[in-house]
Amino acid sequence: MTQRSEFSGYPVDTGYPVDSGLPEVPIRRTCPFDPSPELAGLRTARPVARAVMPLDGSEVWLVTGHDLVRRMLADPRWSSSVDGGLGEDRPLRLKQPEPGMFIEMDGPEHARYRRMLIPHFTVQRTNRLRPRIEQIVAERLDAMERLPRPVDLVAEFALPVPSLVICELLGMPYEERAGFQEAARALVRLDSPAGETEAALDRLAGHLAKLIAAKRAEPDGALIGELVREGVLTDGELVQISMLLLVAGHETTANMLGLGTLLLLRHPDQLALVRQGAPGAADELLRYLSIIDAVMFRGAKEDLTLGGQRIRAGEFGLASLGAANRDPALCEDPDRLDVTRPRTAHVALGFGPHQCLGQNLARLELEVALQALLRRFPGLRAAVPLEEVSIREDAAIHGVDSLPVTW
Amino acid sequence: MSAVDVPGETAAGAPAEATADAGVTGVTVDRESCCGAGQCVLAAPAVFAQSEEDGLVVLLDPNPPAELRDAVRRAQSYCPSRSVTVR
Ligand code: HEM
Ligand code: SF4
Repeated sequence: MTQRSEFSGYPVDTGYPVDSGLPEVPIRRTCPFDPSPELAGLRTARPVARAVMPLDGSEVWLVTGHDLVRRMLADPRWSSSVDGGLGEDRPLRLKQPEPGMFIEMDGPEHARYRRMLIPHFTVQRTNRLRPRIEQIVAERLDAMERLPRPVDLVAEFALPVPSLVICELLGMPYEERAGFQEAARALVRLDSPAGETEAALDRLAGHLAKLIAAKRAEPDGALIGELVREGVLTDGELVQISMLLLVAGHETTANMLGLGTLLLLRHPDQLALVRQGAPGAADELLRYLSIIDAVMFRGAKEDLTLGGQRIRAGEFGLASLGAANRDPALCEDPDRLDVTRPRTAHVALGFGPHQCLGQNLARLELEVALQALLRRFPGLRAAVPLEEVSIREDAAIHGVDSLPVTW
Repeated sequence: MSAVDVPGETAAGAPAEATADAGVTGVTVDRESCCGAGQCVLAAPAVFAQSEEDGLVVLLDPNPPAELRDAVRRAQSYCPSRSVTVR
C-alpha cells in the first residue's frame, strides 16, 4: 500500500511488502542487461526505501526513482567521502580521501581538483582526440583480423581500446604502454585474487611515478605534462589523479563495449542502426545497460528529507542508476532499447557535481569503436550461446568477462 | 517541450513553463557552480560553449530565438549542476 505525501507528492513508505523484510543490496541482476524487476517494484512502491547490506548487516537508503536519484546526487548535504560498501565486509563510514582522489571529495575541495581537469575534457578538446581514437581502434581491429577465430572481444578489443586511449590522454610514452596496460588490466579485473590486485597497484603506481618524473623533466602538451607545467600539484596528487582517470575510464568503457556488443547482437535491427551511425546510440546504450548501478553510495552530512523520508545525519544512501534509467517518468517505454529515441536525461553517467568528467570521451570512444567494429565485421556473431557467456555478476560494474566472437 | 525530452521537470521543481509560445526571453549561466560536464553544449551548441581556457560554460547567446527554446530547456534539464537558468 502506498500513499502520496502531502508535501512532495511522492509515494510514502507504508510498509510494503509487509512480510518480506528489508530488501538486500546489492539487488542482483537476473538478466545481464536489465536491472532486477525487484527494483522496479520498489521504485513504484517505495522509491526511497530502507535496505540492508547482508555482509555486515548495516542499513542504507536505496533510492530508485529518476527524479529522486537526481535530487540526491545534486544535493551537497550528501557526501561522497564514503568508505566500505559492496563486497567489503566492513560497515559504511565516512572517510578522509587521499590528496588528489577527488571522486571521494565534496564541495570546494572537490571543485579545486575537478576544475584543474575540466579543460582537458571539454566537448571541443575531446573531439580533437577523434583521429587518434580512430587510429587506435583500427589497429586493434587489424590485430583481431590476424588472430585465429573465435577471438575474445573483451581481451582483444574492449579492454585495450580504452586503456590505449588513456595512455594517449595522459601522455604515456609508447615504450611504457605495454607494461602499463598489463598492470592496468590486472587492476581492473576485480576477479583477480587480492594479492594480485595489490601487486598490480604497485606496478601501476611505479609506471605512473616514472611518467610523472619524465614529464617534470620535459613537460609536453598531454594531461600530465600540462598539470606539471601548472606547478600546483604534488607527485602524490598526480599519481592519485592518474590512477582515478585510469580506473574510472578503463573498465567502464571496456564493459560498455563488451556488454553493449552482446546486447546489439541480440537486437539485429538496433545493431544495423548503430552500424549506420545512429547519433544517439552511445547514450541509449549507456541508459539501457546502466553498468554502474550498485556502487553510488553517499553519506548524509545533515538531517534531510528525500521523497518524504526523513534521513538522519550519519546515515547512508545508495542511488540505483539502473532503476532511475528505467523509470517510466524518464522516457516512453523505458524497457525498450531504441537507439533512435530522442536523447534522455539518463543518469548512467551520474548527476550533480561528480557527473562523469570523462563523459565526452566515453561517448566518443563508444561511437567510434562500435561503428568501426560493426563495419569491419558485418557478419559479427557470438561464438558461444548466450548462456555460456561469462557474466560478471558480483562485480561493481556490470559486464562480461569474455566474449568469444567470430565473423 | 516534449515529455520525452525533458522528463520529470515539474516534479524536479524546475521553473514552471513560460507562457505557451513566447520566445526564450533570457538564459543565464552560473560559472561558479558549473562542473564542466558540457551537457549544455551538446544540447544547444549555438547558445552554450565551454571556454578554451577553463572549460567552464560560456554563454554565446543570452537571448536565443524561439526555435531554440526546446534545446535550451534540454540544456537546463541535463545540466548536472543546475547552472543553466531559463527565464
Ligand atoms: C563509458 C562509460 C563510463 C561510465 C558509465 C562512467 C560513469 C561514471 C559515473 C556514474 C560517475 C559518477 C561517480 C560518482 O558520482 O560518484 C563517473 C565519474 C567519473 N568518471 Fe566516468 N564513466 C565512464 C567513462 C569515463 C571515462 C572514459 C573517463 C576518463 C578518462 C571517466 C572519468 C571519470 C572521473 C574522473 C569521474 C569522477 C568525477 C568527479 O568525481 O568529479 N569516466 N563516471
Ligand atoms: S551542462 Fe551545466 S555543468 Fe555542464 S558545462 Fe554546461 S553549465 Fe556547466
